[in-house]
This record gives sequence, structure tokens and C-alpha cells, in this order.
Amino acid sequence: MTPSTDTKKYWLDESANVTKLYKGLWIACGLLIAIDLFLHRHEDFDFATVFGFHGAYGFFACVALVLAAKQLRKLLMRDEDYYDKDSHER
Amino acid sequence: MSGDFPVALILILGAVLIPVLPGLLRKAWMLALPVIAFGYLLAIPHGLHGQVELLGQTLTLMRVDKLSFLFGTIFLLAALLSVIYALHVDDTMQHVAGLVYAGAAIGAVFAGDLMTLFIYWELTAVSSVLLVWARRGEHSAATGMRYVIVQLMSGMFLLAGALLHWRATGSLEFGHIGLSNTAGLLILIGFGIKSAFPFLHNWLMDAYPEATPTGTVFLSAFTTKLGIYALARGFAGTEELVWIGTLMAAFPIFYAVIENDLRRVLAYSMNNQLGFMVVGIGIGTELALNGAVAHAFADIIFKGLLFMSMGAVLFRTGTIKGSELGGLYKSMPWTTGFCIVGAASISAFPLFSGFVTKSMIMSAAAMEGMTLQWLVLLFASAGVFHHAGIKIPYFAFFAHDSGIRCQEAPRNMLVAMGIAAALCIGIGIFPGALYALLPYTVNYEPYTASHVVAQTQLLFYSALAFAVLMRTGIYPPELKSVNLDSDWLYRKAGWGFVVTFRLALTETRAGLGGIIEGRRLAIADFLLRQRRPEGMLMRSWPTGSMALWVMVMLLAYLVLYYVG
Repeated sequence: MTPSTDTKKYWLDESANVTKLYKGLWIACGLLIAIDLFLHRHEDFDFATVFGFHGAYGFFACVALVLAAKQLRKLLMRDEDYYDKDSHER
Repeated sequence: MSGDFPVALILILGAVLIPVLPGLLRKAWMLALPVIAFGYLLAIPHGLHGQVELLGQTLTLMRVDKLSFLFGTIFLLAALLSVIYALHVDDTMQHVAGLVYAGAAIGAVFAGDLMTLFIYWELTAVSSVLLVWARRGEHSAATGMRYVIVQLMSGMFLLAGALLHWRATGSLEFGHIGLSNTAGLLILIGFGIKSAFPFLHNWLMDAYPEATPTGTVFLSAFTTKLGIYALARGFAGTEELVWIGTLMAAFPIFYAVIENDLRRVLAYSMNNQLGFMVVGIGIGTELALNGAVAHAFADIIFKGLLFMSMGAVLFRTGTIKGSELGGLYKSMPWTTGFCIVGAASISAFPLFSGFVTKSMIMSAAAMEGMTLQWLVLLFASAGVFHHAGIKIPYFAFFAHDSGIRCQEAPRNMLVAMGIAAALCIGIGIFPGALYALLPYTVNYEPYTASHVVAQTQLLFYSALAFAVLMRTGIYPPELKSVNLDSDWLYRKAGWGFVVTFRLALTETRAGLGGIIEGRRLAIADFLLRQRRPEGMLMRSWPTGSMALWVMVMLLAYLVLYYVG
């Protein structure tokens, strides 16, 4: 494990390329949701056949998850050596 | 071929030879053991073997049926992969512990009665803790001790439950148990500890990240999946398990998002995957049970693969903290690729193993009309992609370049990861082979257009959420920290209670001592005063006073006589 000495440039080192990927993801998501226009999905629940159900659920579930977890940090987060402070801890 | 010889003993007795064999021969022997054991397992017919009469009970050392065969197979495969992964390790103790541990788990799977199960159950605890202690630090010593106490406690619950079950039914056979009496409840708690039920789960996140890089790969395969096997055998269709499993699938993902130790993130996501299996067992229909055990099978491989990739990172860089890593794809491109395959599998991307196994459980829940549970599981599916599928590879291999440059993982590690990755994709593309091993006939088609589209949408939009939160800076950064979980109860609150109680006890004793000391002097003084030569009791009395007292008594008698 040594500090970076190689000067090789990787494709991902260019922030413009990362932006390209990010935009690509938006486009992919747009295309995926468009499938719902043509495909009548067979679902076990009626509510899941609504246009874009899975996309919206995935997106908002993850945003909610992260925001909730961020709040949880206030409650749960402690210093890394929290349990080591009293050395008798077994 | 007679199946009376337990397949577990091939590994356990074989492991004894490891320390005495020289270098290359030792490696060949370790690789051969799971292969020999599997060959033997294939050769013996399904049925009950190795039955021993003991104290009027028939113990069955080898029960081979579809369920035990499936778990025996995957455990042997996991043992082989773990041995390959650990081949470069010189510490023989770890090799012996690993193989004895694998053997014990296999013995437990083939146990036909609760006593045999109990013995192997405890052996998995004792052998696996050595993989934690093998890290040889003060930290791992303490963690290992906590781990083994919890594991042995699980065995105690099993033993107590088994004895009650014996008294109630007159049999020790390990079949369906159910929750109808105390025996069932005790056994369920024993199994629940191993399967990491909510509030019984924390040994997993506590111990697995503290084991050696190779030890965690062993650990990830056996203990929890043994719990799942035992639940599938004893508690299929137990309704309570549906909610327990749903809770298990949901709550660990919140922790996984904010956890910094990437192997601990994997431990949380393992807990989440176990939740899916527990739900399947709770539903108890043929589809659900098939899904639960198929998912256990797939999980052993993809979770093993993920732990292998993180173990390789830890081995090469000396750290596994998200806050210190990043940019490793430049140094470890193969490990990165294999990790992404594992991540895609656990996230249930189409063409990867999780897709064809987890969806059986989801479908089974939907068929039973469990709307709320289904929605929570869907949330958990999105969440697992978010933290295990994206977070793990992202923070280790991409994110900002940490500047760490190291070697690619050793060749044996790459071989193990390569095989595991191939299996993940193989099961994903050809699920028929795995389906054929399942306990019930499978009438399930994972690759329908609806299912593929729905799942892809779910995952891509989860990825989009991650990307958006990252670009906007809302995503919480990886921080050096520890997050409180239920182990706080015994590590902090419990310890605090002991300390406070001891302090209180000492102070009370001191206080009481002071009071007693004061009283003691007063009492001594009082006694002394009476017993001094001129004290009241020691004084010599004149004879006249005696005559006076006799007269008083006689008078009193006289008075009483008249009154009476």
C-alpha cells in the first residue's frame, strides 16, 4: 500500500465522463419507464400495474431510506472507540 | 454403498491431519476433503443411515432426503470455495477450525434427531469462534468471547427445548416441531439466535467483521444458513415467522446505509437476506419453501463472493473502512469485477442468481395476499441494491480515489471468487439445475417479460436515487463511527449496570460497615458495662434482696389466686 505514484489517467478520472454516465443513467431510466406504455405488466397486485409503479417505488423507497438513515445517525452514531473507552469491556 | 458413516466426519477427522502434513500435500488434502465428502454423499441412497441406540432412543446420524441433501451440497461447495480462498494462509489453526466448522454444520444438517443436532450445533459454535480469535487482537478476543457466549446460549435453548419435546412426545426425532408448546418456543429461540432474528441478531454484525479476511468467508456460509435449514425443517408454515422475517428484511438496511466498516455492511445485508428466507419459511407453501431454501443456496454463494472481495481488499490494503477506501478498481480490477457480480446477484438483477430465487418468495407472499409484507419486502429489495449492490462496490473500488495502490488479490483468492461469480451467473441463467434440487416440484417461471421489466425498473430507479443523492451531496458521507445496535444492551447498558451495581455494592458495604462499626462499639460498650466487676450482672447481691424478690413473687401469686 503506497501513495499514488502512477500517473496513468483512467477514463473515470475525468469528471466529464462521470457526468456522461450520470446522464446515461437518466436516459436508461427514461427508456425503461417507457416500456410501461407498451407492455401490460402481469402483476399479483392490481396497484402494481399502474404506470411506472416499480420505478417510482424504487426511487422514493431509496430516498426515504437514505433520509431516514441520516436522521438515525443523530440517534445512533458514536465515536469509533465508543466501546473501547472503558478498557474492562468484554 | 452404506451411508452409516457420517459425511461430517470426513471433514472433521480429515482436519486433524492438516497440522502434520507438509506444505503442498497439506493444500492438496484440504482441497480433497470436500470433494471426497461430496463423492461419498452422491454415492449413498436417500434414507436413514447410521442409527444408534442410546438410552432407549434411536439417534440418526445420517438422514439423507431432498432438504438435507440440498444443504449438504451447498455446505460442501462453500467449504471447497472457502478452502481455495484461504489456501495462501499459513496459520494451520485457521484451516483446522474452518474445516471442523464446515464439518459440524454438515453434521447438523444430516442429523435426524435433536440430540445429534445439538452436539453438532455446539461444535459449530466452538470451532467457528477460533476464526474470530485467529485475528489475534485484544478486540477480536473480546468479540469472540461475546460471540461464543451467544452461540452456546443458542445451543442451551435447543437442548432445553429438545428435552421438553422428548418428555412431551416421547421421541427425539427432528421433524416438524411447531409453536404449540414451550418446547417449540425454546427450540425456536435457539434456531432464531442462529438465524439472527431481530434482537437476537447482533452477534452477527459484532463478530463477522472482526474475523480474519478468510475466516469471515467461512463464517458467512454456515451458521446462519444452518439456522435457516433448521427453521425450514422444524417450523415451516409457522405464521409468526412471516412478520419476524419481514422485520428482519427491513430494519438492517437502515444500519447498512450509515455503517462505515464495509464487512459490517455486508453483515447487515446478510441479516436482510435471511429475512426473506424466514418469510418464505413462515408462509410455508411449496413455492415459499422452495424459494426460501433456493435463496439460502444462492445467498451462500453470492454473500460468500462479496465477503471474499471485501476480504481481499482488507488483505491487500489493511483496512475495510469506507471512509479510507476508494479508487481501488485501478489496483484490483478482477476483484472489482467479481464484487460487481456478487452485488448484482444479491440485488436480484435478471440473469443473476438472486433474481431466480428471491422472486419465488415474493410471489409466494403475493399469492397469499400479504400486501403489506409484500410492499415491505419490495422496499427491502430496493434497499439491498442500494447498500449492498451499490454502496459496497462504490465506496471500495470507485468514489474518490483514496490514493491507495496495492497488488491485485492473490491468485487463489481470484480463483475462488471466479468460481463463485461463475456460479452466480450460471444459476441466474440456468435456474433449472438448482430448481431440480429443491424439496418440491417447481412450477415457477422467473423470466416473464413483466417480471424482468418490473425488477429492472425497480433497480435502475434505485440506482438513480443513489446517483441523485450523491450528486446533490445529500447522501451521508462515510464517517469513522460506530452505530448503536442491540449489542449496546450488553456491551454498554449491561456493563454499565454491572459497574454501577458493583460500585453501589461496594459503597453499601462501606456504608453498612460504618454503621455496623458504630453499633458494634456501642454494643461492646453496653456488654462491657454490664459485665464489669461492678456491672449490673457481675455485681454481688446481698442475700436480703433475694428474700425480698421471693416475697414479691409470693405476694403476686396470692393476688392472682384471689383474682382468679
